[in-house]
Amino acid sequence: MQQNIMENFSELATVLDGKLLRIEEIPFKSTMIELLLSKKLLDTKPAITKTLLTTTCKRCGNKDNRYFAEIPCKKCSRTHLYCRKCIEMGRVMECESLYYWIGPPAIWPTHQNPSSWEGTLTTAQEKAANRIKTAIINQEKEILVWAVCGAGKTEMLFPGISKALERGMRVCLATPRADVVRELKPRLLQAFEGVSIQALYGGNEDKGKDAQFVIATTHQLLRYQSAFDVMIVDEVDAFPFHADPSLPFAQKRAAKQNGTTIYLTATPRQNLKKAINRKKLPHVFVPVRYHGHPLPIPTLKMCYSLQKDLAASRAPSRFLPWLLKRTNPERQLLIFVPTIDLVNRLKTPLLDLFIAHRLINNETELDAVHASDEKREEKVMAFRQKKLKVILTTTILERGVTFPSVDVAIFHAGHDVFDEAALVQIAGRAGRNANDPNGEVVFFHDGKTEAMLEAIYQIKQMNKRGGF
Amino acid sequence: MNCLWCMEDRNNNLGWSDFFILNKQNGFCESCLSGLQQLSGKRCSLCSRMTEFEQCSDCEWWRNQFKSDPLEYNYSVFQYNSFIQEIIAKWKYRGDYVLGEVFRPYVYAAFIEKFTTQKKNLIAVPIPLSEERITERGFNQAEMLAGFLPIRQELLLQRVDGEKQSKKSRKDRITTKNPFSLEKMVKNPVLLVDDIYTTGTTLRHAARLLIESGCPEVYALTLIRG
Repeated sequence: MQQNIMENFSELATVLDGKLLRIEEIPFKSTMIELLLSKKLLDTKPAITKTLLTTTCKRCGNKDNRYFAEIPCKKCSRTHLYCRKCIEMGRVMECESLYYWIGPPAIWPTHQNPSSWEGTLTTAQEKAANRIKTAIINQEKEILVWAVCGAGKTEMLFPGISKALERGMRVCLATPRADVVRELKPRLLQAFEGVSIQALYGGNEDKGKDAQFVIATTHQLLRYQSAFDVMIVDEVDAFPFHADPSLPFAQKRAAKQNGTTIYLTATPRQNLKKAINRKKLPHVFVPVRYHGHPLPIPTLKMCYSLQKDLAASRAPSRFLPWLLKRTNPERQLLIFVPTIDLVNRLKTPLLDLFIAHRLINNETELDAVHASDEKREEKVMAFRQKKLKVILTTTILERGVTFPSVDVAIFHAGHDVFDEAALVQIAGRAGRNANDPNGEVVFFHDGKTEAMLEAIYQIKQMNKRGGF
Repeated sequence: MNCLWCMEDRNNNLGWSDFFILNKQNGFCESCLSGLQQLSGKRCSLCSRMTEFEQCSDCEWWRNQFKSDPLEYNYSVFQYNSFIQEIIAKWKYRGDYVLGEVFRPYVYAAFIEKFTTQKKNLIAVPIPLSEERITERGFNQAEMLAGFLPIRQELLLQRVDGEKQSKKSRKDRITTKNPFSLEKMVKNPVLLVDDIYTTGTTLRHAARLLIESGCPEVYALTLIRG
């Protein structure tokens, strides 16, 4: 039996090639693993290495001593280090090794006509899509796609992904947010019906089977090494990708050496903008939304008693007058607040306010959601299905999620969590549907901040570049 | 210094101790510490649960069920809440060993308060894990806790079967047969150490075994009263 498996290299390769695993993560018995090692199909490297001054976790690239701790290990009866940085992905210890495939590379199927997507691209989208396709064909190292919120980034990828699948390449679409993985999976399953697709995020069971096309949170890439010919990183500027150095590390390692990396963003951060300006990073810019209408420009509403109102768990004073005079009261409403505490405190007062003014019929039409909310997925779904009219949220809904027809309000837009990128993203939630391409975006603040002004400037600038 | 839990900087007032004792990380920041709820006020004298009565309904049940309780009493430090549940999950199941350090002062203080003065020759005996769990986690959380105490620790017990307690129902737990075996006899009083007291079955299994082989008294110190 084992001999049989041994002869069937290609099947083994699809499971192990491109991975970097702890021994517990290898889906074979220990006798089989030993056999693979002795046949020089599998190799190991120490999981944690030490030089004179630095200790490195070979799985997550962590070199920060604060993230290493000691454990008196019962396995090897020594006290040694383990890495705390990537412990959520399973603990890596100094006495352990990481396993990787050195046998013949995995062969993925070549697809005749992988795309089952029936939509069409706009001219602006097509231009970007062609650029992406060329980058993949020419195996360019990296390219940035800078497309405004609602430009239809996912669709722009389809021709390039198709091309890659035609050539039997392995493709990964990674994003920092699990919500986005969940949202993308059904869309991609529909667009590439005959292709094996796997979605990986914390707590998902898709782990067993290995697919040619992987959709994953960037954390999951810690288990890969030289795996993907095409690596697409969606929302490069999103938290925690830009804040946690182990994520870009994992993303770079997961791509093959001659692979192509495609970065997608609506709001590139300074480092990427600099790279563009210095012509270090080729890019393609998509300044128009797919429906051809300009981005809604946020309006500012100064509220002198904002802090007092929020401290007393009240909506800002100018919120109600605006609410009653919205141009299209049929639209759903997204309300962003800076902290979870505020989400919890404001829910009941807002319910009362909305019911008192007959803006909602009963209290099931307004809900609040934040990152550690167990019913988060359900609530977002309810809002999307229009069962909820109003949703009160923290920045977790700032990006990656599409609601057809909403107005957006931010309470305390001057708070630190609302940086330029966050504000542009939040404003980008409005007017995403062709049937209702406008939406109101209002920042309630108690003093303009640099971030607010920059965000508005950037939105205007993008509209200008889009020809409006 | 960074908080072991949220990794935020704990204080900006660097002192000489920080200079001399580098990398000494064994604490939580103020705000994370405030998430831990210590048991306080009136508690059951047998199992440490917070209650208005001298003995709680659980312990009453135990006494009615079995004529003699092998366990003198259990003393716990923390109340079960979702925060400590998260810490335990990361410490025990993820195997983040160093997190256990945060409990050191609390466990030590509880021992001093409840056990030092009256009991002489007390031996700490941690509740063992099965071989399988040990290889999986790399350490036994009960041994770590027992290590915080100023008394001798002996690994007297061994586990026969290996099923996780937390995967069983209450009824299963209470009716299971004794999962331990004894390595050698003891003539000293014993303090059993474990992380969580839920139904008390595990501790009583161990206690019964010890008493039957001639141990005079068995007490228990647990981190959490579930």
